[in-house]
Amino acid sequence: MIDVNQFLSKTAAELPPSGIRKFFDVAAQMENVISLGVGEPDFITPWSIRDETIASIEEGYTSYTANPGLLELRQEISNYLKNRFNIEYDPKNQIIVTIGASQALDLAFRAILNPGEEVLIIEPAFVSYPALVTLAGGKPVQVGTKAENGFKVTPEQIEEALTPNTKAILICSPNNPTGTFLNKDDLTKIAEVAIKHNLVVITDEIYAELTYDEDYVSMASLPGMYERTITINGFSKAFAMTGWRLGYVAAPEALIQAMLKIHQYTTMCAPHMLQHGAIEALRNGKDQVEEMQRSYRRRRNYIVSSLNEIGLECHTPGGAFYVFPSIKNTGLTSQEFAEQLLKKERVAVVPGNAFGESGEGYIRCSYATSMEQLQEAIIRIDRFLKSLNVKQEQVAIEK
Amino acid sequence: MKLTKEELEILYILEENHRLSTGVIAKQTQLSEEKVEEIIKKLEENKVIVSYPAIIDWSKVEGQENVIAMIEVNVTPKRGVGFDEVAERIYRFPEVSSVYLMSGAFDLSVTVEGKSLKEVATFVSEKLSTIDSVVSTRTHFILKKYKHDGVIIEGKENKDRRMVVSP
Ligand SMILES: Cc1ncc(COP(=O)(O)O)c(C=O)c1O
Repeated sequence: MIDVNQFLSKTAAELPPSGIRKFFDVAAQMENVISLGVGEPDFITPWSIRDETIASIEEGYTSYTANPGLLELRQEISNYLKNRFNIEYDPKNQIIVTIGASQALDLAFRAILNPGEEVLIIEPAFVSYPALVTLAGGKPVQVGTKAENGFKVTPEQIEEALTPNTKAILICSPNNPTGTFLNKDDLTKIAEVAIKHNLVVITDEIYAELTYDEDYVSMASLPGMYERTITINGFSKAFAMTGWRLGYVAAPEALIQAMLKIHQYTTMCAPHMLQHGAIEALRNGKDQVEEMQRSYRRRRNYIVSSLNEIGLECHTPGGAFYVFPSIKNTGLTSQEFAEQLLKKERVAVVPGNAFGESGEGYIRCSYATSMEQLQEAIIRIDRFLKSLNVKQEQVAIEK
Repeated sequence: MKLTKEELEILYILEENHRLSTGVIAKQTQLSEEKVEEIIKKLEENKVIVSYPAIIDWSKVEGQENVIAMIEVNVTPKRGVGFDEVAERIYRFPEVSSVYLMSGAFDLSVTVEGKSLKEVATFVSEKLSTIDSVVSTRTHFILKKYKHDGVIIEGKENKDRRMVVSP
C-alpha cells in the first residue's frame, strides 16, 4: 500500500483543522439539540432577492460575467459604500465581486504578502484568518484582547507585536466571536498606529449592518486611511445570504488590479445569476435588513440579560449575533464546558479557544435562533450551571 | 397618537408574538418589567392594541371545518352618516368577521363565516341583501388559505436548514 500522505504539500499537511469542525461532528449526531453554535442568520434570504435571481435564470443569464463582476452590481456596491459609509470607490476599477467575504480576504492577503511577512490578527477572531494568511505565504501574528477592555485591542498591544516584517493588521468590527463593535475613537487609535508604522489595514466589515447601538464608521473613511485600507464586505450576514457565497472587496486601484489578476486566474467570476439577486438586495433590501436588525437587537438584549442573570458574565456586544460569556467561574475549560453542556443538556455552543488562545475561558453563543429556542436554551444552561455548582460543593464536602 | 421608541418597539414585539411574558419583553427592550406593563396597559386603553387573537387553522380540526366567504357589497350611503350606519348594521351580526370600506368598484368588503355553504348563503340572502341600503352583493367563497394576517399557514420554509455548528 502506498502512503498517500506522502503526496501532500507541507503547507496542507500542517494546516491545523478548524476547532469548530470537531464540535460540529459531535453535535450533528445528536437529536433534540438547541444550537447556539450557528454562525449565520436564521432568516431565509428575502423573497424579492430570490425572485430576481429565479427570473435571471429564466431569462438565460447563465454565462460568465466580467472578471470583477457585473458593472451594474459594482455600481450598486459603490453607491452603497458611498451612501452608507461615505467612502468612494470607482465601480470600474476599485471593486471586485467575490465568492463571499472569504475569497475577498484570500485575495487581499495574496495581493499584499511577500513570503514571511506578518499580519496582526486581533483575537479572538474568525477561524479562517490565520489559515488564510499562512496559505498566502505570510505569517499570522496573534494579538490577544481582554474581556476587561471589551475585547478591544489597545495601541500598546499592537506596537508590542510589531516587527520589521509586519505588513498589515486585520480588524473585524463587529467581531466574530465577541460581537465587539469598534467606534470611531477605537478605529482612530488603530489608524494612528497603522499610519505611524506604514501598515496596511484589512477591515472585515461583513457584520457592519448588524450594529445595534452606535453608527457604523468604516476604517477607510478616516483621515489618512483610504490609501492603506482594504475594505471587505459581503451579502452573507446583512441580507441573510450565506449560502449564495457573494461578497466583495474595495480598495485603491493598484491593489484591486493585483487582486483582479489572482481572481481571474483562480475564479474567473462570481456566479452570474446570483449577482442579479445581489443587485436587488442593494436596491430594495433596506427595509428587510432593518427588520432583521431590530429582531437581532431584541434577542441580543434578551440573551445578555439572561446569561448574566444565571451567572455567566458577559458584556453587551455592539453588533453581529454573538455573545461571548465568561465561563471561568465554573472551573472548566471552554472545551470541557461546551462538551459537557452538549452531552448533559443538548445545547451546542462553540468553545472560545476555537477562535484563538485568548478565547479560552469563554464560549461563543449565537443568538441567531428563535426566541423560543433561546428561552429554552437559557433554562437548560441554568440547569447545567446549577448541576455544576452542586457537584463542586459535594466535592468540597468529601474532601 | 405619537408613540415613543419604546412603545413602538413593544408593538412590534407583540405583533409578532403576544404570548411572550412581560419579563422576556423587559429583557428584549432593556426596560423594567413594570415599565413594560405600564406601556402595554396604556396601549390597550387607547385601543392601539385592539385584541390578541390566535390564528387558527380550523380546517385541521375535525368537525370544525368552516366556510368563509368574502362578499362585495354595494350600498346607497345615507345623508349625514355616510357608510357608517350600514356598516354597523352589518358588523353587528356575529357571522360577520370583518367589514372594510373599499375604494373602487364596490363599497363594503364583508367576510362571513359559517358552518356550511348553506348557512353562509342563507345569511347573505336573508340577512345581508335585505338590509335597506344594500343594493347588490357578490359572494366569493374561500377555497384555501395560504397566508393570513402576514402569517404563512403551511410554508415550505419553516424548517431550519442550517448546519448545527458553523464558524
Ligand atoms: C468575521 C467573518 N468574516 C467573514 C466571514 C465569511 O463570510 P462569507 O460568507 O461572505 O464568506 C464570516 C462568516 O462567518 C465571518 O464571521
